[in-house]
Amino acid sequence: MIKKSWLPISVIAIMLFIWELSTRIFQIPDWILPAPTVIIQEALNNWPNYSHHIFSTIQLTILGLVMGIVVGLTVAVILHLLPKVREAVYPIMILSQNVPIIVLAPLLVIWFGFGMTPKLLIIILVCFFPIAVATIDGLRQTSPELIHYMKMTGATKQQIFRKLELPHALPAIFSGLKISATYSVMGAVISEWLGANQGIGVYMTLASSSFRTDRVFVAILFIMILCLFFFAIILICEKALIKWRKEG
Amino acid sequence: MSTLQINHLTKSFEPHTIIQDLNLVVNEGEFVSLLGPSGSGKSTIFHLIGGLYEPDQGTILLNGENIIGKKGAISYMPQSPSLFPWRTILENVVLAAELFERPDKRKAKKMLKRAGLHDYIDAYPHQLSGGMQQRVAFVRSLLSPQSFICLDEPFSALDEFTRVDMQKWLLSIWEEERPSVLFVTHNIEEAIFLSDRILVLGERPAKVTEEVHIPFERPRTARLLLSPELLEIKKRIYRILRGS
Repeated sequence: MIKKSWLPISVIAIMLFIWELSTRIFQIPDWILPAPTVIIQEALNNWPNYSHHIFSTIQLTILGLVMGIVVGLTVAVILHLLPKVREAVYPIMILSQNVPIIVLAPLLVIWFGFGMTPKLLIIILVCFFPIAVATIDGLRQTSPELIHYMKMTGATKQQIFRKLELPHALPAIFSGLKISATYSVMGAVISEWLGANQGIGVYMTLASSSFRTDRVFVAILFIMILCLFFFAIILICEKALIKWRKEG
Repeated sequence: MSTLQINHLTKSFEPHTIIQDLNLVVNEGEFVSLLGPSGSGKSTIFHLIGGLYEPDQGTILLNGENIIGKKGAISYMPQSPSLFPWRTILENVVLAAELFERPDKRKAKKMLKRAGLHDYIDAYPHQLSGGMQQRVAFVRSLLSPQSFICLDEPFSALDEFTRVDMQKWLLSIWEEERPSVLFVTHNIEEAIFLSDRILVLGERPAKVTEEVHIPFERPRTARLLLSPELLEIKKRIYRILRGS
């Protein structure tokens, strides 16, 4: 793990170096493109002024992500157990992802006001889909050989689901979870643009409207850190739950 | 404790008749093989015994009880090992038992040790060779609570060397436990080496064309495989299969 990570880290280091160098050589003003050092300085010096925005977003993301996971898994299991319903609902599920969130967000505000509800709805809408699709596929791709064995041995439908299909789908569920975890932060930030009093989305809007480009980059930096953080949590859970993998 | 009796069994999937008027008996502690060419409906017979399909006609009695359409009445070992990749070997062998009762892990460990698998108790299936995986599958069927075992061409995917090893191994375990077994195969030597009786199936629709008693004493050794007596029986079965 550590040995593998030196390559991407050095690429990032080189990119940052070029960025730093070019802002100095071409004397690019800070409000167009601040140098990495300027951004870091802003991040370090003003932490007390913006930290509440970060924590508020973390809270919102966790809440939304957990709800999105629950909705995604529930939808997948229901659609798997009721194939007729799956046929009917699956296209609608895909359509729900075709409506741009940016368009949907103001509508949700009109319907649900400025409270938590529309924000959570956006995050759930962003998160449930990758999980639901991955889980349905994972459940459906269970080896027919193993299902046949279970039937011949006298397993009930419930036993086949619990002992065979669900554990079989676990790796697929985790790839869905990884996508959702990274989307969830984006969902949270977009939902905060709509009208919140705090959060990274609010901080970002304020920063860009006052041409504090350095602060916009601080916001971007934290969005990336949060994405990695949630991704890592999912990865740790995966390692703990799936021990049988061939490569491990 | 376990006898299987099949009378006048008929099954067709339109427009083909797969099984016609099949009769067979497996007595307590007996090893009976169904020998027939590929596609002679052998697997369908198992699916009927296993309760996945219902026959058009006939009865299937296990210990005198009708088991038509009843799943889980027999212990089953399929062609492929069908082990669950996320379960360790120990967890895999108790799977069939787990469906009906609290599995006895101590007994399972003992059985694995006796089967020469004690180094693999906590391994995962992908770490085992094909032959080893089939051993695990057989131990699993021995550990399941039903006392009648159906083996569906369990060694057909193995190479010749592993196959003979597995046959010897299977015999050694079976001769200790003596469960009633119905064994499906298309390998004549294998059937002679393992069975008390061989039921030769004709081409589709499947029905028993002849019954061959195997007189060899138990325990049997691999030397039997090269004996003239075995060859003699093999010739006889060839002639039956040729239909002359």
